[in-house]
Amino acid sequence: MVEVSNISFAYDKSDRKILEDISFDIKQNECIAVLGNNGAGKSTLLKCIDRICTPDEGIVMVDGKNVYKMSKTMMAQNIAYVPQSSTSINMTVFDSILLGRKPYIKWDASSEDRQIVSDIIHKMKLEDFALRTVSRLSGGEAQKVMLARALAQEPKLLLLDEPTSNLDPRNQHEVLQTVKKIARENNICVAIVIHDLNLAIRYCDRFVFLKDSKLFSYGGLEVMTPENIEKVYQMHVHITEYMGIPIIVPFPDEKVTD
Amino acid sequence: MPNKNLNQLESYEAYIRRKKLTFVIAFAATIIVGLFAISSGSLKIPIPEVFNSFFGKATPQSQITIMNIRLPRVTAAIVVGAVLAVSGAVMQCVLQNPLASASTLGVSQGAAFGAALGIIVFGGGVVNSDSAATAVTISNPYIVTICAFLFGSLSTFVVILLSQFKKDLGPAGLILAGVALSSLFTGGSTLLQYFADETKISSVVFWTFGNLGSAGWTEILILTIVLFFALVYFLLNRWNYNAMESGADTAKSLGVNTRRVMLVSMGICSLASAVAVSFVGIISFVGLVAPHIMRRFVGNDYRYLIPCSAVAGSLLLILADTFARLIIAPVILPIGAITSFLGAPLFLYLLFRGFNSNG
Repeated sequence: MVEVSNISFAYDKSDRKILEDISFDIKQNECIAVLGNNGAGKSTLLKCIDRICTPDEGIVMVDGKNVYKMSKTMMAQNIAYVPQSSTSINMTVFDSILLGRKPYIKWDASSEDRQIVSDIIHKMKLEDFALRTVSRLSGGEAQKVMLARALAQEPKLLLLDEPTSNLDPRNQHEVLQTVKKIARENNICVAIVIHDLNLAIRYCDRFVFLKDSKLFSYGGLEVMTPENIEKVYQMHVHITEYMGIPIIVPFPDEKVTD
Repeated sequence: MPNKNLNQLESYEAYIRRKKLTFVIAFAATIIVGLFAISSGSLKIPIPEVFNSFFGKATPQSQITIMNIRLPRVTAAIVVGAVLAVSGAVMQCVLQNPLASASTLGVSQGAAFGAALGIIVFGGGVVNSDSAATAVTISNPYIVTICAFLFGSLSTFVVILLSQFKKDLGPAGLILAGVALSSLFTGGSTLLQYFADETKISSVVFWTFGNLGSAGWTEILILTIVLFFALVYFLLNRWNYNAMESGADTAKSLGVNTRRVMLVSMGICSLASAVAVSFVGIISFVGLVAPHIMRRFVGNDYRYLIPCSAVAGSLLLILADTFARLIIAPVILPIGAITSFLGAPLFLYLLFRGFNSNG
């Protein structure tokens, strides 16, 4: 269970606020989508939750504990974060994922750490790449490695910043299915910054809409309405259903009534 | 599939063993080359005699040559090479720049300015010309060493101080600040030399050539202690460096205090290099090239890169110094130039051969 309360953030005190008084919660096994147009503060919100940026106000509670009061190592055992763009890493897949065990490693990786990494590699179907250099993998494979590293942290909260942006359609679905499956199996809360509304509506349980640095709307499928999407993205959409799968069809040329 | 998992763990173990083997090979090579360096020179001393001398059982002539000249020289090469190479490896990581080394933040330039100041202004450099091999000697070395050390470490501390006032100064900003201070020191050295007389200028120039022979046992002992503590700190942080290779945000999310690790590492690298440079003069390129050679073999894995770089730096510097001593003996070529002459082609070869950088 994760509670995010009253997060506010500005890069400079005099500067405009990037985030203003954002509050929401994530229940166990739940996958929430953080939505909003470019510059709405989605990535910054994830960074504030993981204290990569220090918010000016607000608290984040994971399982009833204030993460801002934890040591950095303790926090890394609770929250894992996968950034939007990963730098090319001259390190093998195995070693990259082993880094996820860093918050638990005292002097050197134990055989248990290596076993956990090996299991995750198996789960993510990365066996064929285990000793290959990450920088030589395709975008999709590298993205899976980053995700695997975050899972090796055995976090209670998993933060993903656009995990599907570099992936082909098949891999997009595969990665999100894996995330959902692992979240359910390990009781992890997940927050995903995602641009693809169709992926969001299909794989996420609840939706955080950010608009102009503020929380515009938060809720389940009931907030995924054409009106809300229109107000947040300044774009007209229709929501329909095909074989039980909700589909959002954009009509960018239609005039938006604001 | 537990079987497949087992295989995978086994192949990972084998892969790690290869990295350890790299270290062992480099270490053995350093010892062998070191022995060869001790045995060769104008007085040829056979290797068994070199071993005898370690136990005080060699002929007096060999004993004196080895204990007073050759062994300190080779030991200095080992320690100085290790300090410079390890500092380079760590600087390249924390500044996220493959071109970084201790010189990036102005250690060499600052030390050169300090030496010039010591020689020209404080009169540390009284010269005498006794032989072709040592055309110029600095007869009051302590003032020169102290000035070189102070100014060598100064620029880094200015950079660290600046970063306290501007908290969002990233690695690129720190490098630029270092470049600015380096050029300030270079300008200062030029001005000092412009107003100095010829003998003092030649002392300064001779100092900047670098000379491993100028380190005695005391200097070597000091440098060994510095190297030991630097290595301990770097090895304690090896997982942090690995995390920082994946980007600052990822490192932070893994619990690394990236800013503190960066600034403390920078400070230690600069201090250690400043000590080395102030004892033996400017030795370029080892700090840059030794870590990169080892990256080709063990990848950017700091668990192995740190010890391997240290050994590679030692090996490279012994090779360079032996080459410098023997090639047109009895004249000893400037070590600073030879490291570049030997290191650059080796480095280019490895770079273009595209050595399998699985790591």
